[in-house]
Amino acid sequence: MSSSASSLSQTQLVMGLNSLQLMFYFAAALAIVASLKVVTGKNTVHSLLYLVVSLLAVAVCFYLLGAPFAAGLEVIVYAGAILVLFVFAIMMFGLGQDETLSAPQAHAFKLSNISLWFGPSIIAALLLAQLIFAIDNSALQEKLTSNIIEAKQVGILLYGPYLLAVEIASFLLLAGLIAGYHFAKPEGVSLDHNDLNQQKETGGHS
Amino acid sequence: MSEIPLSHVLVLASILFSIGFVGVIARKNTLFILMSLEVMLNAVGVAFIGAGSAWQQADGQVMFILILTLAAAEVAVGLALLIQMQRRFKSLDIDLLSKLKG
Repeated sequence: MSSSASSLSQTQLVMGLNSLQLMFYFAAALAIVASLKVVTGKNTVHSLLYLVVSLLAVAVCFYLLGAPFAAGLEVIVYAGAILVLFVFAIMMFGLGQDETLSAPQAHAFKLSNISLWFGPSIIAALLLAQLIFAIDNSALQEKLTSNIIEAKQVGILLYGPYLLAVEIASFLLLAGLIAGYHFAKPEGVSLDHNDLNQQKETGGHS
Repeated sequence: MSEIPLSHVLVLASILFSIGFVGVIARKNTLFILMSLEVMLNAVGVAFIGAGSAWQQADGQVMFILILTLAAAEVAVGLALLIQMQRRFKSLDIDLLSKLKG
C-alpha cells in the first residue's frame, strides 16, 4: 500500500518534472530554429523579426529556469531596445536594397508581405501559448516558484560585491554613447580643434 | 536545485553559440554579422543564467546584466560604424573592408 502510494507520488513527480522539462526543450528548440533562420536569412527585416522571436524564446527559457527578472530584462532591453536600434539602422540603410532586389516586387507584393511576418508570428504564438500554459498550470507554478531567484538578491549583489563592475559597465555605456555619436555623425559637421577655436574667437568678438 | 539539468542548458547555449559563430564567419553582410554576434552574446547569457539557476546563486543574473550592457554598447558602436560604411562604400559587404588605407 505504502509502496504503491510512494510510486504514485514518484510518477506524479516525474510527470510534473517532465512537463517543465518538455516546455524548456520546446522553447529551446524554437530558439534554435529562430536563430538558424536569423543566420541563413536573405532579407534583413525577416532576419530581424526572427531575432526578436529567438530572444523571446530564450526569455521563456529563463523564466522556466527560475529567473523571471532576467527574462523581463531580456524582453525589455534585448527585444525592446537593442532590436529597435537595429530597426532604426535598417531604416537609415534603405531596407537592405542589395538583399531584396531579386524578390518579385509589384504583383506578388501581398504574398511576400504575408510571408514576412507569418513564420515569426507562428513561433511567437507558440511561445505565448506556452507561457499561458505555464501561468495557468498551478503544479508547474508551484515548482517554478520554489527555485526562483528574486530581483532583490540580484540587486543586493550588484550594489555590494559587484559595485566596481557596475561602475565599469557605466563607463562602457558612456564610451558606447560617445563612439556612436562620433561615428554616426554626418561627414560635414566634423568638430575639429580649428572649428572650436574659431567658434571661441567669434564668440569672444561678439 | 533546478528541475532542468545544467548540462542540457549548456548544450542549448553551445548550440546557439555555434549558430551565431557560423553566422559571424560565413555571412558577408555586416548587418547579419552584427545580428549573429547578438545571438552569440545571448547564448553566453543562457549559460550564465543556467549556471546561476543550478547553484541557486544570483551571480549568474548579475553577469547576465553585465552582458546586457555590453551588448547594448557593442550594438551602438557597431551600427554607427555600419552607417559610416554605408555612407563611404554604398554597401555593407565586409569584403570591401579587407584593404587598409595607407
